[in-house]
Amino acid sequence: MTDRQTVFDKVADLIAPFNKKGTELSDATTFQHDLEWDSLTVMDFVAAVEDEFDIIITMNMQAEIETVGQLVDAVIKLGS
Amino acid sequence: MTDLFSKFDPLIQQRENLLATGVRDPFSLVMEEVKSPTVAVCNGRETILLGTYNYMGMTFDPDVIEAGKKAFDEFGAGTTGSRVLNGTFRDHRDVEEALKEFYAMDHAMVFSTGYQANLGIISTIAGKGDYIILDIDSHASIYDGCKMGDAEVVAFRHNDVEALEKRLKRLPPEAGKLVVLEGVYSMLGDVAPLKEMIRVSKEAGAMVLVDEAHSMGFIGEHGRGVAEEQGVIDDVDFIIGTFSKSVGTVGGFCVSNHPKFEVMRLVCRPYVFTAALPPSVMASSATSIRKLMHGSNKRAHLWENSKTLHKGLRDLGFKLGTETPQSAIIAVIMPDLERGAMMWEALLDNGLYVNLARPPATPAGMTLLRCSLCAEHTSEQVADILKRFAIAGRATGIIS
Repeated sequence: MTDRQTVFDKVADLIAPFNKKGTELSDATTFQHDLEWDSLTVMDFVAAVEDEFDIIITMNMQAEIETVGQLVDAVIKLGS
Repeated sequence: MTDLFSKFDPLIQQRENLLATGVRDPFSLVMEEVKSPTVAVCNGRETILLGTYNYMGMTFDPDVIEAGKKAFDEFGAGTTGSRVLNGTFRDHRDVEEALKEFYAMDHAMVFSTGYQANLGIISTIAGKGDYIILDIDSHASIYDGCKMGDAEVVAFRHNDVEALEKRLKRLPPEAGKLVVLEGVYSMLGDVAPLKEMIRVSKEAGAMVLVDEAHSMGFIGEHGRGVAEEQGVIDDVDFIIGTFSKSVGTVGGFCVSNHPKFEVMRLVCRPYVFTAALPPSVMASSATSIRKLMHGSNKRAHLWENSKTLHKGLRDLGFKLGTETPQSAIIAVIMPDLERGAMMWEALLDNGLYVNLARPPATPAGMTLLRCSLCAEHTSEQVADILKRFAIAGRATGIIS
């Protein structure tokens, strides 16, 4: 069983290069409003997460994921 | 009451800001007169057309026009019905025969537009529990086809074979998979590495659909597209195409060798629940497709045009979408929307029409002046086009 904090930290590492304003990260941080990502940044980031955890996050799933916390939970679910 | 239109306010504002700078609206051009595949009258001025997708110049081909007129007289103005009810006339069948001859494939199905062909085929063949794997830069009709269906959608980085392969390997081996690719991507005019992409797709047990809208009639020995050019057309399960580019009319199609393909006519909603194209359009299209089979001289001249324009624009100092000319589309990259619109207007004032393309249609948030060449552009016209680019580019400060 993957430790949630470990996954959160890894996700945070992957967010860092795209976190231009140095926004503080928590479970509640939203990609669209807090991080102000456009669709291209999302695409690059999703590819990075997929490759790091060796998973697929379909576009159908991406539509449901709005916050960092939701992404961490999805990664844990997909990786189990 | 909540105004449902309030969600469009940012776009309305952007448009107003752009027009406030004094430029003409780039998205409401009217052609008052069309003189040939390459010349029209816009704003009272004779204008060279360099943004029409009319790659092979078939719109004014005398045989194509004659066939349409004859069908108009014999079969009337329209079909008033669906292909599966009263909307299949002699010429609808004939154009499907022409497509089978053109592609040397067993089945052909004609839709009312290319958009509907992608919408229909993609949403119908990939169902619940299946996966669609597509290039992130895919055309809107491909995305809309995914949205309309029930499959899971997986995107990979543009033209990246390794990214595609990795994602295919992560999917359940037993699940149905459809890989959707394009031969030529219409925004930058770049070509896909179909050979490698189709190989990794087949190794993963996926079916492959290739949209060859922008390559038909031009790329490949018989003009069948990029898959033919790269020697992998036999491994493509479905080719999607359109009549509104090289064929010079309107309509869309899918060709396939799948033995059960004909069932699509019963289950594909964008085919069933819409009116069939007018007989005149079908007759013109069939004639055009058969003429395109023998278009190798025109293809050679179009390549020449593409190479000359690409080199000329580069030498002038413009930034282009591709390092080398790969298709009949050459995209000139603009620094931003405002200067792109200024340059677009300066070209139009100099009697040259190109497409202004901007996000979200373009990749990476780019503003592009997209040029599409025609086999009917003369070498003199291409030289003239370059002169006008030089004048407009210097006037707007895009080049020095």
